[in-house]
Amino acid sequence: MLAYLIRRLFAAVVMLVVIIVVVFGIFFLVPKWAGVDPAAAFVGKQADPAAVEAVREKLGLGDPIFVQVWEFFKGIFAGRTYAAGGDVTHCAAPCFGYSFRSEQAIWPVLTDRFPVTLGLALGAAILWLLFGVAAGVLSALKRGSLWDRGAMVVALAGVSLPIYFTGLLSLAIFSYGLGWIDAQYVPLSDSFTGWLGGMILPWITLAFLYAAMYARITRATMLEILGEDYIRTARAKGLREPVVIGKHAMRSTMTPILTMLGMDLGALIGGAILTETTFSLPGLGQAVLTAIRNQDLPIILGVTLITSLAVIVANLLVDILYAVIDPRVRLA
Amino acid sequence: MTELHKSGAAVGEVVDASPAPTAFLEVRDLKVHFPTDDGVVKSVDGLNFQLERGRTLGIVGESGSGKSVTSLGIMGLHTAGQYGKRRARISGEIWLDGTELLSADPDHVRKLRGREMAMIFQDPLSALHPYYTIGHQIVEAYRVHHDVDKKTARRRAVEMLDRVGIPQPDKRVDSYPHEFSGGMRQRAMIAMSLVNNPELLIADEPTTALDVTVQAQILDLIRDLQKEFGSAVIIITHDLGVVAELADDILVMYGGRCVERGPAEKVFYEPRHPYTWGLLGSMPRLDREQTDRLIPVKGSPPSLINLPSGCAFNPRCPYADVPKDNVTRTVRPELQEVGGRHWAACHMTQEQRERIWTEEIAPKL
Repeated sequence: MLAYLIRRLFAAVVMLVVIIVVVFGIFFLVPKWAGVDPAAAFVGKQADPAAVEAVREKLGLGDPIFVQVWEFFKGIFAGRTYAAGGDVTHCAAPCFGYSFRSEQAIWPVLTDRFPVTLGLALGAAILWLLFGVAAGVLSALKRGSLWDRGAMVVALAGVSLPIYFTGLLSLAIFSYGLGWIDAQYVPLSDSFTGWLGGMILPWITLAFLYAAMYARITRATMLEILGEDYIRTARAKGLREPVVIGKHAMRSTMTPILTMLGMDLGALIGGAILTETTFSLPGLGQAVLTAIRNQDLPIILGVTLITSLAVIVANLLVDILYAVIDPRVRLA
Repeated sequence: MTELHKSGAAVGEVVDASPAPTAFLEVRDLKVHFPTDDGVVKSVDGLNFQLERGRTLGIVGESGSGKSVTSLGIMGLHTAGQYGKRRARISGEIWLDGTELLSADPDHVRKLRGREMAMIFQDPLSALHPYYTIGHQIVEAYRVHHDVDKKTARRRAVEMLDRVGIPQPDKRVDSYPHEFSGGMRQRAMIAMSLVNNPELLIADEPTTALDVTVQAQILDLIRDLQKEFGSAVIIITHDLGVVAELADDILVMYGGRCVERGPAEKVFYEPRHPYTWGLLGSMPRLDREQTDRLIPVKGSPPSLINLPSGCAFNPRCPYADVPKDNVTRTVRPELQEVGGRHWAACHMTQEQRERIWTEEIAPKL
């Protein structure tokens, strides 16, 4: 088990380094190929050529790509210093550079917005796991029943309807129509109930989509597991049906659900763009959307790296849980 | 039910109408039907037999003859945890030690499962839960029926593993099924089945998934344990060799019904049904000339949705035209006594059967 853990952890670190290098490479090579000068993009249209040169020198944009990657990499872990003549700026670790538009450091932008997205993703995940898995298990147990058919129709709707539709609909009904909820984002540090009120609709909307997928996968997996010989053995031992389902069948059903959860949660933490935009949540998704519109490369780069980190960490956790659930994995 | 029961009772059958059987296990006119989109699959269609404590019954037949369905029916596993329209329809009577199981409260039957009657399955790798240790699974089986703490149950598990011949049982108790070899897994499975000293043990093809060398060990183990615990054993197999090794009585199934039943030596040495002849003929034997071909049963098993009319075996039977008036294709033969405690369901007369057996079949075997 310990060897397995160390192996996984090592793989995760290697993966992270590779991702940083590759992503940085892509983001700073592509503009070059496209004939866009990042320095000019930083300064803006109709810029003074001298200013462009100053920026190029200060940001090190004229340096060879390897030097740039190394500087960027160093900046994340040790901080870096931008200097052009007498103009010196120190950027403390973790340094992801500065926004082309606002000239703010990227890291505080990320740390400001990360909790919003994390709260959204985790809250929604709890909801969709509770409802999706429960609905899937019930559907599998009562296959062909009215409940099963009804649940699967709702699930199909959930998978098919886009967030901006269900999101706007829920806003229209519960916020503007019935006026039950004040759908305004309030930071958790300001007011717990305010935060809850602002998050409840985004949670439900996002959870609806994912619960639908989880219900379908749970139903399919559970049906497969219920046909397994060891479920028959469990019944042959005289175990009660709730133990057969809740213990023997559920443990096997959890593995594919966990795999999905790792990937979904990782991807969502990188920014739930549609949900955050629909509900005006100031999360990473909204930040990256604005950055794309403004061609603000450093922010896009920062969010991309955060997303990768989230996916890697989530998958690492899943791998560990996997080994806890399935003893055979520990050998692999 | 009683109507069905009476009409299903065959000439010479030991089935009487009194609801208090003397046998330890008595199955009366058992029918297990599965509704499907294509029609009703009559997997078992009117089966009768009895079994006493300390005796072994071998149920023999090819795939789809209803052997396993019968055993799962006795255990009540067709209905446990099954919902909806596809649930099996079961009728008849199953008397276990004075209790009729089909009409009993399902929770009562659940409590009997694992304690009074236990089962060993064909493939121990898939029949054991891959995520739990062997010990955990045995402890669980013990604690469902005994109100003891985990320590006591664990001691019992180690004791059982030791009894079935697992080396270092106190260490192996914490192993997972995938860490065991095939034979060891089946031993562990047997330990789990016997942990509550069941009086009825059903072994469904217990050696089919195992190495030949291990097969004999497992059969020896089952025989020894039966002697020790005095339980009644039903062994289900398509392998006549296994039955020859263990069984006191043999029941041959074809198309969901019993075609021949009797003491093992009678069924082996004086079989009275053409299907049994076919089974014996298709068994490879060392004492036969290598140049002789096996005599297979021609054709394939019948559809259980649409059984052939008359005798279900008639399309594959080389002697279907021996009885007069095409009776094999119109009338279903019932079991008739052909000797002491020996029954066969065939339209041929006693003389015809004996002549064909002694003149045509026996010399080739």
